[in-house]
Amino acid sequence: MTAMLHVKDLRAYYGQVQALHGLEFELQEGSLTTLLGANGAGKTTTLRSICNMIRSTGSIEFEGKKLGNRSTESIVRLGIAHVPQGRGTFTTMTVEENLQLGAISRKDTKAIGDDIERMYAHFPVLKQRHTQQAGTLSGGEQQMLAVARALMLRPRLMLLDEPSFGLAPLIVRDLFKILGKINREDKVSILVVEQNAQLALELADKAYVIETGRIVMSGTADEIANNEDVRKSYLGY
Amino acid sequence: MELFTNQVLAGIATGAIYACMALAVVMIYQAIDHLNFAQGEMAMFSTFVAWQMMQWGMPYWGAFALTLVFSFVGGIVIERALFKPLANAPVLTHVAGFIALFAIINSVAGLTWDFTIKQFPSPFGSSPFLGSQLISTHQAGMIGVTLILLVLLFIFFRYTRVGLAMRAAATLPESARLVGINTSWMIALGWGMAAAIGSIAGMLIAPVVFLEPNMMGGVLIYGFAAAVVGGLTSPLGAVIGGFLVGIFENLVGTYIPGVGNELKLPIALALIITVLVVKPNGLFGRTIVKRV
Repeated sequence: MTAMLHVKDLRAYYGQVQALHGLEFELQEGSLTTLLGANGAGKTTTLRSICNMIRSTGSIEFEGKKLGNRSTESIVRLGIAHVPQGRGTFTTMTVEENLQLGAISRKDTKAIGDDIERMYAHFPVLKQRHTQQAGTLSGGEQQMLAVARALMLRPRLMLLDEPSFGLAPLIVRDLFKILGKINREDKVSILVVEQNAQLALELADKAYVIETGRIVMSGTADEIANNEDVRKSYLGY
Repeated sequence: MELFTNQVLAGIATGAIYACMALAVVMIYQAIDHLNFAQGEMAMFSTFVAWQMMQWGMPYWGAFALTLVFSFVGGIVIERALFKPLANAPVLTHVAGFIALFAIINSVAGLTWDFTIKQFPSPFGSSPFLGSQLISTHQAGMIGVTLILLVLLFIFFRYTRVGLAMRAAATLPESARLVGINTSWMIALGWGMAAAIGSIAGMLIAPVVFLEPNMMGGVLIYGFAAAVVGGLTSPLGAVIGGFLVGIFENLVGTYIPGVGNELKLPIALALIITVLVVKPNGLFGRTIVKRV
């Protein structure tokens, strides 16, 4: 397995405040990797740095290409789909328009219609609501729409920022099942940031733990899940 | 009663001017979320360019088409040179930019073509339309062009990928970038389209108000009023708003004693304020459906 994403010595800043202090990690092609950590540890900042939505230094390499000086939109066009915190739904547009927008940078316009149908197969509720304004969907439906919109890019790598946030436990289970399926069947590598560590570790194959802007632990998901410190701090048993 | 219908008809005829200008106003508002105070001057400058080409012997439609291209490119150039560097600046900086642009374009036009009034031809002629004294073929043509523009804009925003991308960039720039849209160029494109639509408005208005550097002053305020009445987010609303403002202005001028031509402009301003107080989204503006 080769590393698809290499992050080295990543430092990120919000104005004068430094949020990341030399973060290092990598993501193997085809893997589902999770970044765990408490509130304010720097998980969201890490994802935002990858897409150059925040000022950062250090080196981020995706499939051998440096991302440092690229704009957000050109990074996305390399095949990195980012489902941001708060989902970034185009609430005034219809569900179908949201899906169209996910594919807006693609050149193969003929295949887009088929992909929308594929998304409706993954998430049948979206098909029922395809002409509805996206802002009228429930939180869970909007999260599914956000994932579907990201997949419409046909990404090589998907970044997910707290997909479980604000959702009922049953809906979270469903969503994570679908994420696992997408990872295995559609060969999309996934980097997921979560506060719900237990769920993330069940799903992931590799995990990193962030504390105040630094990686403090890494290993396979099983190793991390069985680590005493992690259990106490993040899993609560 | 006849007086009433006549005044309504005449109102629709002048309303076409406002509707056309309001379309340009809505276009730029969609792209940059601000009102461009220099919009009227840009339209006036484009109209002078068309006039100049016709003076050099070019036929009307040739000059018309070239002016469209010139205005589209000019709008993009203005955005790239002046407003792209201000992208993250506060609103007041933008307002100062618009006013500067207003003054510069106005003076350059005055310097180049002087301030004397010039005739501008109409492609539709100016004979009575269908035998009516109240509406000329030019005004009828203007209504027609405005409606065609409206339909084209509707098709563009609803059914093309670029239109969809522009809407996305205007409503949620960050999310738009995350699906790979170059939002900065979408804004430039919005400027180009607004300038081109404005130039059509200018070329259609000039035969009525005559061509001179200050020809758009009043018109732009009515255009703003029309856009506000219709709701700044809706091209259809802008056009209907334009006609409503035209009719309203005529009826008030006719039926309320003491309101002559002098008080017509304050009517537009009063209308803007009333609508903003009573129905801030305008008659057709987008009200966003929210879950409670």
